[in-house]
Amino acid sequence: MDTPITITIASGKGGTGKTLVATSLVLSLPEGVQYLDCDVEAPNAHIFLQPQWEEELKTGLVVPRVEAAVCTACGECNRVCEFKAIVVIVDKVLVFDELCHGCGACSYICPSDAITEIEKAIGIIRKGRARNGIRFLQGLLNIGEPMATPIIRRLKKEAATNARITLRDAPPGTSCPVIESVEGSDFTILVTEPTPFGLNDLKLAVGMGRELHVPMGVIINRADAGDDRVHRYCGKEGLPILLEIPLKREIAQGYADGQTLIDILPEYRDRFQGVFARIQEEVRHAGK
Amino acid sequence: MPESSRMPKQLTIISGKGGTGKTTFTAAFAQLTENKVMADCDVDAADLHLVLAPEIQKTAPFYGSRTPVVDLERCTRCGICTQVCRFDAIHGGVLNLFACDHCALCMHACPENIITMEESHSGDWFISNTRFGPMVHARLGIAEENSGKLVTVVRKEALNLAKEQGAEWVIIDGPPGIGCPVTAALTGVTRVLIITEPTLSGIHDMERVLSLTTHFNIPAQVCVNKYDIHPDNTRRIESYCRQKGIEIVGKIPFDRGVIEAMVSGKTVMEADVPGVAPAVRQVWERVIGDW
Repeated sequence: MDTPITITIASGKGGTGKTLVATSLVLSLPEGVQYLDCDVEAPNAHIFLQPQWEEELKTGLVVPRVEAAVCTACGECNRVCEFKAIVVIVDKVLVFDELCHGCGACSYICPSDAITEIEKAIGIIRKGRARNGIRFLQGLLNIGEPMATPIIRRLKKEAATNARITLRDAPPGTSCPVIESVEGSDFTILVTEPTPFGLNDLKLAVGMGRELHVPMGVIINRADAGDDRVHRYCGKEGLPILLEIPLKREIAQGYADGQTLIDILPEYRDRFQGVFARIQEEVRHAGK
Repeated sequence: MPESSRMPKQLTIISGKGGTGKTTFTAAFAQLTENKVMADCDVDAADLHLVLAPEIQKTAPFYGSRTPVVDLERCTRCGICTQVCRFDAIHGGVLNLFACDHCALCMHACPENIITMEESHSGDWFISNTRFGPMVHARLGIAEENSGKLVTVVRKEALNLAKEQGAEWVIIDGPPGIGCPVTAALTGVTRVLIITEPTLSGIHDMERVLSLTTHFNIPAQVCVNKYDIHPDNTRRIESYCRQKGIEIVGKIPFDRGVIEAMVSGKTVMEADVPGVAPAVRQVWERVIGDW
């Protein structure tokens, strides 16, 4: 029996095909894979996997509330807050919820015990079942809320621990929400395209993956457009190229309709199974 | 002249979904707009420099947040920092930098007073010259946080530069998504241009980003890129925008020439991509040219 494996699909550059790859990979695997859509700002995987939602829960941060009658306006909370989310002006305390990280420093420090914390929703977690028996979880950031990372953290906590295979569909970029999505995974697939933008952002993503000590492989989408610099870079850096997907109008059109590669070109099922076998091998190799 | 007319106007280009063509459009607008300052606010995965080839004139460090440093020799392993930390980031005095929220609670709670918070140099921002004029951009260090804060710095510097030079516009290449860096890239701007594509994903994310501009009460216009990939979906976008009273400023056809232009470091205008260049010019006229 193989050990459980968590694979994150990330990219650096947006729109390179993370979700296309992740949804096609999940459909080529045995039933019962767990899928986490960690792109909580702009989640799209549900369009392709069409889950039936079974549960929805609010997720949020704890934010401080000050009891005016007890508060002495000593200013300690203002002093310790690294995010300028709680400010004392003359004898009044103002809390800026959207700046608050929910760290609890203000309530910890308050000498008068004037601060209590309330739960403030910033997003939701949805759970359901999708095609192929997929256990599907999605995080969704509320419009106007700035902080995506706490929702991804919660999404990871809500994931079942007994799943044999977990895929995480990450947001684009290389900063906090991406790091939270990649952290704790056994392998990261970086999806790129052979253009200067794709290469530049691939390098950033590889730098991030190395900081996190996660083994990585590359899938090149629209592989026949652009130039060969991504291929050469992967060769030089010893990054395995797991798969190449050509630029084809039928793929673009099928994707536009919400179809995965498996739906558009069924021969990709075998190829993605090959990708998965290769990843298992890479993970075993990295573990040694 | 009244004060308000000397304030530069600001345009932010966003999309929700990544890879719809934000940077391609921004670079073309850089060429078409005479009197402007460019700002690359996709600091996470900045690409505008690949087309505009900036020559850096000024580099300044960015200090995003402070990071706890533990004097391990004096640490008694009492475990209080671990207890108070809500991010599960510190164990036995050893910090997991990637989990750390930089909130400093461990420093305040440490009974031995052996944790200090130190400024971390988490990136740099630059003022540069390009063949189309000045540009402000940035590089966030690998695996660093606080991209929203760096976006705010880039925008402030670009606006200052525009005022100094009497520029009419600041044109801002925005990040994907709808979270912190996007909010930082669009608060207080004159208008937002949303680049979408006729895919179900593109439509889904355009709707989210339009909710965001509505939430902040910022006027938005929509442009459909690669509209001919899926004419039915393009019609859906048009009817959605019509219902919401959002102006569609143009539709750009798909052409491989756009990729070739990018590969050769040219804007679509410089490469004169057939069909695309004239369509982008029309969009520009409706967003900036006719202002």
